[in-house]
Amino acid sequence: MTDKMSSIPQGSSLWKDARARMAKNRFAMGGLWVIGIMFSLCFVFAWFCPDPNKINLVNKFASSSEEHWFGTDALGRDLFARILYGGQVSILVGLIATAVSVAIGIVYGAVSGFVGGKTDAFMMRIVDTLLAIPFLVLVIVLQATLSKWSGDATIWIVENFGWDKEFTGRLTNVVPLFFALGLLGWLTLSRIVRAQVMSIKEREFVEAAVALGYGKARILFRHVIPNVLGPTVVYSTLTVPGFIMYEAILSFLGLGVESPNSSWGVLIKEGANFLETEIQLLLLPGLFFSLTLFSLNFLGDGLRDALDVKASKD
Amino acid sequence: MFRFLIGRLFQGMLVLLALYTITFFLAKAMPGEPFTSEKNVSAETKANIRKLYGLDQPLWKQYFVYPKNIITEGSFGISTSKGRPVGDIILQSFPNSLLLGLCSLAFAIGIGVPIGVLSAVRKNSWVDWTCMAIAMIGICVPSFTIGPLLQIYAAAHIPGLKVAGWGNLQDVLLPAFTLGLVSAAYLARLTRGGILEVLSQDFVRTARAKGVSPTKVILKHTLRGGLLPAVAYLGPAFAALISGSFIVETIFQVPGMGQHFVNAATTRDEFLLLGLSLFFGFLIVVMNLLADLLTGFLDPRVRLAGETE
Amino acid sequence: MSFSFIQKILGVPRIRKILGQRLRIVPVVFACLFLWSCEGQSTVEEASKDGILIMGNSGEPKGLDPHIVSGVLESNVIRSLFEGLVEAHPSKDGTALPGVATKWYAVNDKRPDEWVFELRKDAQWSDGKPLTAQDFLFSFRRLLTPALASDYSFMLYYIKDAEFFHKSQRSYLLSRNEANFTREWWSSLKEVDFGPNEQAKEGSFNFIGLDKLNLSQLERLLKEPHLFKWPKDVSGEIRRDLLMKNLNYEKDNRGKLAKEELKDLWELIDFGATAPDKHTLRIKLNSPIPFLPEITKHYTWYPVPMHAVLKHGKIGDRFTDWTKPDNLVCNGAFVLKSWKFNDHIEVARNPLYWDKENVGINGVRFLPITNLYTEDRMYYDEQMHVTYTIASELIEYSRKNYPEHVRSELYLGTYFIRTNVANKPFTDPRVRLAFSLSLNQKSLIDNVLKGGQKPAAGLVPPFGDYPASDAVTFNPDLARKLLAEAGYPGGKGLPDIEFLTTDKESSKMTAEALQAMWKEHLGATIKIKQMEWTSYITAMFEKDYDLAAGGWIGDYMDPLTFLDMWMKDAGNNRTGWHNEEFEGILGEAAQTGDPTERYALLAKAEALFLKERPILPVYWYTRNYLLHPDVKGWNPLLLDNHPYKFLRLEPGSGNKTN
Repeated sequence: MTDKMSSIPQGSSLWKDARARMAKNRFAMGGLWVIGIMFSLCFVFAWFCPDPNKINLVNKFASSSEEHWFGTDALGRDLFARILYGGQVSILVGLIATAVSVAIGIVYGAVSGFVGGKTDAFMMRIVDTLLAIPFLVLVIVLQATLSKWSGDATIWIVENFGWDKEFTGRLTNVVPLFFALGLLGWLTLSRIVRAQVMSIKEREFVEAAVALGYGKARILFRHVIPNVLGPTVVYSTLTVPGFIMYEAILSFLGLGVESPNSSWGVLIKEGANFLETEIQLLLLPGLFFSLTLFSLNFLGDGLRDALDVKASKD
Repeated sequence: MFRFLIGRLFQGMLVLLALYTITFFLAKAMPGEPFTSEKNVSAETKANIRKLYGLDQPLWKQYFVYPKNIITEGSFGISTSKGRPVGDIILQSFPNSLLLGLCSLAFAIGIGVPIGVLSAVRKNSWVDWTCMAIAMIGICVPSFTIGPLLQIYAAAHIPGLKVAGWGNLQDVLLPAFTLGLVSAAYLARLTRGGILEVLSQDFVRTARAKGVSPTKVILKHTLRGGLLPAVAYLGPAFAALISGSFIVETIFQVPGMGQHFVNAATTRDEFLLLGLSLFFGFLIVVMNLLADLLTGFLDPRVRLAGETE
Repeated sequence: MSFSFIQKILGVPRIRKILGQRLRIVPVVFACLFLWSCEGQSTVEEASKDGILIMGNSGEPKGLDPHIVSGVLESNVIRSLFEGLVEAHPSKDGTALPGVATKWYAVNDKRPDEWVFELRKDAQWSDGKPLTAQDFLFSFRRLLTPALASDYSFMLYYIKDAEFFHKSQRSYLLSRNEANFTREWWSSLKEVDFGPNEQAKEGSFNFIGLDKLNLSQLERLLKEPHLFKWPKDVSGEIRRDLLMKNLNYEKDNRGKLAKEELKDLWELIDFGATAPDKHTLRIKLNSPIPFLPEITKHYTWYPVPMHAVLKHGKIGDRFTDWTKPDNLVCNGAFVLKSWKFNDHIEVARNPLYWDKENVGINGVRFLPITNLYTEDRMYYDEQMHVTYTIASELIEYSRKNYPEHVRSELYLGTYFIRTNVANKPFTDPRVRLAFSLSLNQKSLIDNVLKGGQKPAAGLVPPFGDYPASDAVTFNPDLARKLLAEAGYPGGKGLPDIEFLTTDKESSKMTAEALQAMWKEHLGATIKIKQMEWTSYITAMFEKDYDLAAGGWIGDYMDPLTFLDMWMKDAGNNRTGWHNEEFEGILGEAAQTGDPTERYALLAKAEALFLKERPILPVYWYTRNYLLHPDVKGWNPLLLDNHPYKFLRLEPGSGNKTN
């Protein structure tokens, strides 16, 4: 009997189980690696690359060489550097827009689901109405308004913090886009959070908290929200690629980041004009773009499979 | 039943009203003016043309005049960028968008669902891997890349397929395919997930144990349950088709509604914008209502549950 | 949104079976469609055989009413439907062939300020009604009717008194026959808000304009004179005089009449265009214009059918149905056959056209393709005869693979960069010159644009006998010197400079290339501001820029179209620059009848303009487009206004494009 007792398997926590499951998922791990590489390329390695905005009209469409690993584009700019710097913008768009929409969406959805009743119905009707609004109008208005402020913001930042003018200019140029997207992306997320909250609301530990006399706000923020965080975070890893794709679409419409900043969306759009002649201008940024999105999706899937106890295993 | 209808109609009108208000003020908030022209337009001319469109009235008056015109004259105003009645524009372009949308949906379901089923059934094999990779293309490659690629490598070489245009029935194929690919990808993933979940359930094991053939297991027992998440996605898919259609319409020169939406925004054409928004809002409200009605009609359980929700 | 009903349906086994069986038909249907559509011929081959020209037209026309539209693509369609007094020659720029008019001449050769056009006696509209000089008078009046709010009314301002009528200059017209009316008296009123003043407080009488006040407003102003802000130097007597004149006119002529019966100012003017008889048109101009026939080639001078237009509305009504395919009555070589919105516009032979035996093709189909790359790819796929343009990225590719199809022709237009002379540093002409001299035009054209454009050596593109300028060059050393002289050696101390441009691909590339050039040669850092079209135009109008990309395409074959836009109040100026000497020379040229002398004066004005350099000329436009060898009779024209009737289609010419 003692032998049998010693062979009882050790207890394991939710996170340990999840990590183990993740590790077994080859695609997810592969995705994680790729993203890691992308990050280091775009944010660390990029600083060592030649200036992506340096125009050299004599050396257009050069093939890959010692100096230009991927060759040059239509204005003689180093393609590799452009892709990396473009990656910065695209990845940041995905992350920040997601962060903004998660922040708003969680609070909104949780409150709506928790309070329930007429308030809930009203709040959800607002979401429905907002979803029916032409997205493009919202983006144009938001971008225009926020860009107007970005000029003033640049001046303010440079004066008060002494940051480099060009860098700040580029930053404030791009930031309104993040917020515009984020302010629009919270709608579906709030729905999902609400659904989660509504099911958690009925659980015993919430009843217990109510019985103990805790205030509604405390229950919401200390007990309910932490429990919906899991699935929500997983869902949001899937919205990051969604936002990156949105940014590309906006670039196609001419509403994305402004010159000389570029993003993967801008690069792909420009490259698509050279399909017949210099197809590498499309394929190379497209490759980076697609790889990143692939990896993010696999990662998100892996996270969901790992964390969701009910999901089917082998 | 009657009360249910009235209730929903009322709700729908409220939604449309809210939509109208928000869109109205958003359109007014857009920087710029609808009558910018490169030519030397004198101040008098500008004043005259604003009067023609009723844009010189105070804001609150414009707000009430617009719905009044819809109700009394059935007129949605005249588009400032196109010079034609908005109603005409919508009437002419909607059938094309509808055709494009339905064909895209057909492609999406026709490609996405079988791929999803296949990869679920052959999970973790190379079939699974390739199918998911194909699905990923729809998610990770933007339509403004796929479109031109198809134009160059498919349309130019396959007789009968034109690079762009909307003359013959087969012209809908390439744009519908491009547009449907995104939804197909999501559908494939969702179907795969749904079927996997069902496959792991007990009743499937029972069926297998009883000796039911594998195909029958899939088709008869798992499909219905497995398709649930995919079917739930069809709603957002519809919305995605509408928003993605602009790119496809521009690339393939399809005279649909998507490009009007974007053009209206960029040219500050508020009447066209309002008309289109209200039209879409109306469509969504009506489709919701129809769907719920049909559900209630087919299944009394759902109807009762829906009323107590 | 719940699609749960689909679930329910799918759950019913019998329905699934039926669907499953039905679904099998779908691939069969598609296969049939495929085979059925597999034609042996391409679209272009078929069209050539039918004599239909297929033309890419870059976008959907905003309308087909010559008095309401203002774009090039609309003019392409309108030119097929309507014919003006004269017709453009198919190969010779600046030459006029008979159109509706058979003969035309200036009454006084030395001072061509009055012209006579003799119209052909058998001219008729496409519905059989005769075309007379009355139709022309009606058309002129319609274009000048203020209520119509046309963009292009100024094209008729050459005609005597046209501008006063269009701008409803009531006060001026009421006063000018008065004894005390002198030029000095009137010029003392220069600062008065006669017309709308957008700077004034909204809704105030100054915002509306003195000439636009109605009866009740005028009566109120009489009682409360402080409601209208007059400039200081206008005496109380003159104020009262003007006020009473306007009031009396309104009382007598509008007063109690219903809104629709208002008489406008037509009876106060002495309109320059008259019809001594049904087939003669006599036009008195404000100043001598030796090139008036060239101006009449523009569609604003085309006749519209009075009977047809009035059938569907009043003269000033803008949104009528007279241009719908079932209603359109026209006088050109073709009539409107169909107009499928955003799909195509098709025009077909007009059986009642006076020259119908010499019309070489049977019809034209216009395709409104907005995406440049789609248009080019459609051309390669043999779907059209002519494209509107070639995307710059595809120019070399087209030259390599379709050499006989590529056309690269000079176009009467200049691409330039406006400077805002009110913003530093461009207040200083030396800085403007420095920026212009450091612009390597040739490099830009050869490396970025690749369209065979010509570097602009001046403002006015070269044509005919006009002495073209050569003042604009590339001289970076001189540029640096000038910049240093102006106080910014090596670019130091330059304020922030914003370069406004549109969001088109080519604009972006050009802007980035220029940005790099100025950095390299001057050390100046420019920030590029890309805006979509409407915002860009608004910003330029409001002078909210430092540098702005722009251009100008000539409306007619004369240097004046490039020069008179820089006058002080010209609507298309937008730089804030004006110069009295410049305007003086132009005024002198306007009164000169001898063409050579006139050209010399205009060249002098241009030289002065270039010395000041408020704009930086970059290049003279070329039009690059693809033209199928089947199309015969299509010659390079500076204004690109190819008359369709002289074209012919010969199927099978040239090799297949694949």
